[in-house]
Amino acid sequence: MSSTTDAALTRQLPKYGGFSLPLILLETKRLLRNKRTMISVLLMPIILSFLFTSSAKASRKVVGVGNLSAFLVVSIALYGAVQAASFGGSVISLERVAGWSRQLRTTPLSATAYIAIKTVTSLALSFMSLAAVFVVGILNHKAHMPAEIWVACAACVWIGSLVFAVFGIFMGYLVPSENAMQFIAFGLLLFSFAGGLFIPLSSFPHMIREIAYYTPLYGLDEIVHYPLLQSNFDVVWLLNAAVWFAIFFTGAVIKFKQDTKRV
Amino acid sequence: MADRQAVLRKESAAIELCGVHKHYGKVKAVNGLDLSVSKGEVVAFLGPNGAGKTTTIDIILGLSEPSRGSASVFSMTPRRAVSLGLAAAVMQTGGLLGDYTVSETLQFMAAVYGKKSSVDAVMERAGIARLANSSVKSCSGGEQQRLRFAMALLPDPELLILDEPTQGMDVEGRREFWLSIKEDAALGKTILFATHYLEEADNYADRIVLVKKGEIVADGTPMEVKSLSSDKTVRAHVSSVDKDVLLKMEGVVSAELANNKLEVVCRDSDMVARYLLLETDAVNLEISLAGLEETFLNLTTN
Repeated sequence: MSSTTDAALTRQLPKYGGFSLPLILLETKRLLRNKRTMISVLLMPIILSFLFTSSAKASRKVVGVGNLSAFLVVSIALYGAVQAASFGGSVISLERVAGWSRQLRTTPLSATAYIAIKTVTSLALSFMSLAAVFVVGILNHKAHMPAEIWVACAACVWIGSLVFAVFGIFMGYLVPSENAMQFIAFGLLLFSFAGGLFIPLSSFPHMIREIAYYTPLYGLDEIVHYPLLQSNFDVVWLLNAAVWFAIFFTGAVIKFKQDTKRV
Repeated sequence: MADRQAVLRKESAAIELCGVHKHYGKVKAVNGLDLSVSKGEVVAFLGPNGAGKTTTIDIILGLSEPSRGSASVFSMTPRRAVSLGLAAAVMQTGGLLGDYTVSETLQFMAAVYGKKSSVDAVMERAGIARLANSSVKSCSGGEQQRLRFAMALLPDPELLILDEPTQGMDVEGRREFWLSIKEDAALGKTILFATHYLEEADNYADRIVLVKKGEIVADGTPMEVKSLSSDKTVRAHVSSVDKDVLLKMEGVVSAELANNKLEVVCRDSDMVARYLLLETDAVNLEISLAGLEETFLNLTTN
């Protein structure tokens, strides 16, 4: 009889609700094993980066403190990074369908630790995507900008991808099936065009441009190119990113709470 | 004195459910269930589909909150007992990720519980060591069930909850599984299992709890439960007997005599046997108990 009581006394809850490095490594390894994810997170951006930066014309054109090729590398890096970050969180929908989330609720892993692990693995994925695009861009010898600007742009892209890590988690709870990934890929493509990632916003008609300013990739797109362009920094960019972060975060928290209450 | 006993019983209880109700809108999944399981008991939880078994198990695991009433596991909230690894469960379906390998799944759980060293040990115990590097989706239903079992063993729980644990296993697999469970039971672990295989309940449980429409309809040893509703059959060789006397006895359903062979279907077989042996020349008297299956049907239908 007393053995159970003793066992209960010596048993301890894991630190940080179960958030730990081994879990992050296992989860990252699993994400990297998914071929579909790898194609959209690594392969696609690498090919795009190669294609966009190969043009001699773009290489000759001076943009800010570098050239147009460098500008395009940063654009593609942002596209790849937000895609990677979103995918990292969207796997939650698969895990819910598989009953894994439910299984985890019979363990000490806290729901907050679970989300934290998803966020960190999403950021690991976006880092890999961005690193791949940058390495291809640099090795291609067409993109030029000062070394510290490369670093600054990379840092902006990576930090900015957090907005979409949260977006992915939100979608993971919102879209209840395997379709979450396709849904996200389509959404990001729209956001990318609207945010001016592929075609400069100045070439859009006035009315579409007015709407584009409110879409979630507009602010990030301007911020990540700022170190290269060094034009006037517009607080609206930060505001755009912050508001969208707040929207995704709130949405994720609401859906997450509903999910944990659910039977 | 009675109070003291109640307190003692409560302290040593692995599971304590008091007046648990669980309603989903108008559907009453669990309807005032009282259940106290002592430490070391092996309890089979039986009932037809939709009787509230899984809902009750969810409540014991802290996956679901009762609408009314209270649930505690080792005198703490189910959620806390589960978090401390005191209670662990083998779920009926799902709960696995296909793109992990067997060993990775267990490494994940080991990291969650902070028990790195036990992965090999539980794979060995669940008989899946040779599958360590197979992906979960390539495992058969029975193999996945063993993996779920290994996962439940990781925290070295005091209470094991098994929801249809042998589903998808072949006969040999089921036998091995129950041998393993018996080892745990011998170590004084508490086990509560739901199953469709009634002979598993009959063979391995100390106690059977039968639920119907969210309420307990029978609770006792397999023998007690079987004797509950079931009509028993008394057979004997007898040269002559007054059937009317037999039929007037309480609980006698039928009495047939043919070629000196008497067959009486009744509730109180002792009374019938006593009468036959004392008042008639009956010989070769034989009493047979209905199987658990018949009892189950009797108690849970109509």
